[in-house]
Amino acid sequence: MAFTGLFLILFLIVHASINACIFLNDEGKTFNEMARFMSHNWIMRFLELGLFAGLITHIIQGLMLWSQNKNARPVQYAYSQPNKNSKWYSRSMAILGTLLLLFLVMHLSHFYVDTKVALYVKGDAPHNLFEEMKEVFSVNWIVALYIAGVVALFWHLYHGFQSAFQSLGVNHKKYTPLIKSIGFGYAIIICLLFASMPIAMFFDWIK
Amino acid sequence: MEHYHMNLTLKVWRQKNSREQGKLETYQLKGISSEMSFLEMFDVLNEQLIVDGKEPIAFDHDCREGICGMCSMYINGQAHGPWQQNTTCQLHMRAFKDGDTITVEPWRSKAFPVLKDLVVNRSAFDRIIQAGGFISVNTGNAVDANAIAIDKKDADDAFMAAACIGCGACVATCKNGSAMLFVGAKVSQLALLPQGGPERESRVLNMVAQMDKEGFGNCTNTYACEAECPKGISVSNIARLNSEYLKAGLSTESK
Repeated sequence: MAFTGLFLILFLIVHASINACIFLNDEGKTFNEMARFMSHNWIMRFLELGLFAGLITHIIQGLMLWSQNKNARPVQYAYSQPNKNSKWYSRSMAILGTLLLLFLVMHLSHFYVDTKVALYVKGDAPHNLFEEMKEVFSVNWIVALYIAGVVALFWHLYHGFQSAFQSLGVNHKKYTPLIKSIGFGYAIIICLLFASMPIAMFFDWIK
Repeated sequence: MEHYHMNLTLKVWRQKNSREQGKLETYQLKGISSEMSFLEMFDVLNEQLIVDGKEPIAFDHDCREGICGMCSMYINGQAHGPWQQNTTCQLHMRAFKDGDTITVEPWRSKAFPVLKDLVVNRSAFDRIIQAGGFISVNTGNAVDANAIAIDKKDADDAFMAAACIGCGACVATCKNGSAMLFVGAKVSQLALLPQGGPERESRVLNMVAQMDKEGFGNCTNTYACEAECPKGISVSNIARLNSEYLKAGLSTESK
């Protein structure tokens, strides 16, 4: 869980950085070049397989944890006050993860599928991902769904980042507070970046 | 602190034995002193039940001074009740007000089956200790206590981990019913000291294997265990358990 989580955390940095190219205001030229590189370079194609493997492993591990943990308490408490001893998001990783998976289905059907169709079905036809983004994010309820997805992502990352280090055996008086701060900063920056994209496109702030 | 008396409504889990279904029963108590311990309040309730010709409530207790770890009660949705770093026997009735309703349940865990009412079987913890929570020592005269130099910080950390009384509040509190804080403390107290060296690898592997076999859940780092532990055992012991387990798993030759 921790290994695959950290791997997905690294992926999000790449994903957010490349997407941030839309803010260069060059009609998506840099962004489209980057997108073309990501879908054509063979190293990236190989890493893409690794990404899917990592994501699927993360999901399978999560499902195994969920089912084992559910079996560990067959009779529930009649009255429990979990908020007295732990944070809601640390207890809600499975539900946040499920929301993210649903979000991913929508997200991939918006952008990933079309990119692959242009590449394979239409024989490497020119594909303007930037224009496609503008089109998708011109619909208000889709923008709202994307922002909801990013909010779920924030809480998932906020717990997941520091939790991964604890699971790998790193808990240190000096470094753990630092890891927690970095995790918080990471979650904030990544999520603000992702949220800003559909919003900026919806309000036509990007040329 | 001002002394006062209170009337209470108690909802207590009643279960005949491990096979039968249990349910919450409601009892009324009058004139409970704020100076009583929670268990003394239960003693009063049981005497009242006996006078009424009813079966008294079975509950575990031994030392009644907060060090034996027997008094396992889930009080108002929290292990050992509302006070921090506290056992049930050390919880006093001044934690409650006149007219309060208090719900009392046994620990809920597949690995801790309910024997009767509030009494659970915690022998799963004993079997985890038997699997590796020991050290090899030479027979003959006891070795001088200061013969082996130990870093002060290691000694302190080992002592902090050894403060675990095995009460099971960590398991009871954890939403996953995980025993990682208990096992983390028991592995840490020996892994930190040279005396624990010879069995260091096999200990962590065997204890974790036994923990899984008993049916405890997995740690998802909500840290609820640390917040509810009567001895304030730190979750850094869980991280140490994880790193000990990873290292032992990589270097062991057994499959």
